[in-house]
Amino acid sequence: MAEREQKRKPAPAKQDEVVDDAPAKSETGEKIKAELDDLLDEIDEVLEVNAEEFVKSYVQKGGE
Amino acid sequence: MALRKVLGIETEYGILIRGAADSNPIAASSVLINAYVNDLARGAAPAGATPKIGWDFEDESPGNDARGYAPEGTMAPEIETHLVNAVLTNGARYYVDHAHPELSTPECADARTVVVFDLAAEAILRRSMTAANRTLPPGQEIVVYKNNSDRKGNSYGCHENYLMDRTVPFGRIVTHVMPHFITRQLFCGAGKVGSEANGVPTEEVPFQLSQRADFFEEEVGLETTLKRPIVNTRDEPHADAQKYRRLHVIVGDANLAEVSTFLKVGTTALVLSMIEDDFLPREFVFAAPVQTLRRVSYDLSLQRPLELVDGSTVTALEVQWELLDRAKKFGEVQGFECVGGDEAGREIVRRWESVLAALETDPSSAADQVDWVAKYRLIDGYRERHGLQWDDARLAAMDIQYHDLRADKGLAGRVGLERITTDGEVELATVEPPVDTRAYFRGKCLQRWGDAIVAANWDSLVFDIGGDPLRRVPMMEPMRGTKSHVGSLIDECASAAELLERLGT
Repeated sequence: MAEREQKRKPAPAKQDEVVDDAPAKSETGEKIKAELDDLLDEIDEVLEVNAEEFVKSYVQKGGE
Repeated sequence: MALRKVLGIETEYGILIRGAADSNPIAASSVLINAYVNDLARGAAPAGATPKIGWDFEDESPGNDARGYAPEGTMAPEIETHLVNAVLTNGARYYVDHAHPELSTPECADARTVVVFDLAAEAILRRSMTAANRTLPPGQEIVVYKNNSDRKGNSYGCHENYLMDRTVPFGRIVTHVMPHFITRQLFCGAGKVGSEANGVPTEEVPFQLSQRADFFEEEVGLETTLKRPIVNTRDEPHADAQKYRRLHVIVGDANLAEVSTFLKVGTTALVLSMIEDDFLPREFVFAAPVQTLRRVSYDLSLQRPLELVDGSTVTALEVQWELLDRAKKFGEVQGFECVGGDEAGREIVRRWESVLAALETDPSSAADQVDWVAKYRLIDGYRERHGLQWDDARLAAMDIQYHDLRADKGLAGRVGLERITTDGEVELATVEPPVDTRAYFRGKCLQRWGDAIVAANWDSLVFDIGGDPLRRVPMMEPMRGTKSHVGSLIDECASAAELLERLGT
């Protein structure tokens, strides 16, 4: 893909090579994963029950 | 030297009446705001709002164009003078705009204070819901959402305002603020599942950084409701028009993350100050700004090269690193007085650097600071757990519910976003004005002499002290009327008449 042939600018680059977004396997990574699991357990109770109906009914007029 | 950046945010909230067969958003918005105002008037708060005080439209001219002309075929925004319009004792304006409740914060003199008053606005909306719902039939409920789109192509705004020096050529502002507006979504996008732009399928854009990028069609212009421009030219300073310009920014998202709001206004205030002082040597001129705004929003890798007019490319992060680098030098050379002093300026720079570093190394590590990252982490986690496709309605529902302002339903309140304010200062800011702008004079006069004030707006108060004709007190200087200027005067005066006499109006 042509897009990938990016030319890096001489910006005040912090680090030139960027890590792929592979999940971090460090301890912090595990901790973050556990927190997310807890959060997902917890929100199950508050999520809109009929998602499809809710999304359909959420209609606004344009503003500004 | 760059002017002190007086700042504010105006937010239009999404609104639903749940449990009603028919939901009229204009009526619902009026019910909401009236319920709040009546609740205060009943004495629930010591320093109440001012139900009788209307907004004074005398000096409103949203049709003026900063470029000095109005291109053919553009329509001036309409002013709706007949709808609910309240001025609050914290200096804010709370009103119905189109079909939304809207709250404009008072003028603030630094980014952190804007965050405090933006949260105070949320608290006011939350209290309004409670008050309004007491008046509705059983089973009905008004719910307010702090987002910018209904996911069906209808968008409503969260606008920012920055006081600028009138002598700075508008063209220079456009040139240098454009790359910031295109790339700042990295840390102030509120995130959205899918796209509302024509012909962009979910497979292509399952999730994007910004709520609003889909809705921008022009680079520069006066419109706010159709053909939205990245740089808005509304020229309505609400202050001495010989000296000042108010840059009206419509490109941003409404944020729930305090750090996102702080950085949105803090970095923009710094960039605008650098523009005033001609401190930005390099112009990033994008080949196609409107498309680039979307390209940045659609790219979760944050690595996509963006084409400049000279044929070279740059990434959004590289633009931001360079702006940050210049801002640091700006602070060393010029100081940070324009953004609220050295401590305030250094805090913007510190958080700016820290969030860019997080986004560059591992975006998910910014989940406690940046709305889109927090939302993505939550929704993507749910999607993986339940094996859903990105077009599943449950994910779209979570997207909307992230912005639900009800304390027990809103998802943003549960994802562990970092706080930079305290509950105490936010609560106080629902009734007390900022001390260091003219909002202090407006708010304090409303607290003390609400009965004698018949109308208010950003740059004046109109008093009726009986007998005499109405007396207008102009406030054309946003940095005058502060506590240090008028605090003791207001304290010493026993009546509005005495105040007017001592002011010599």
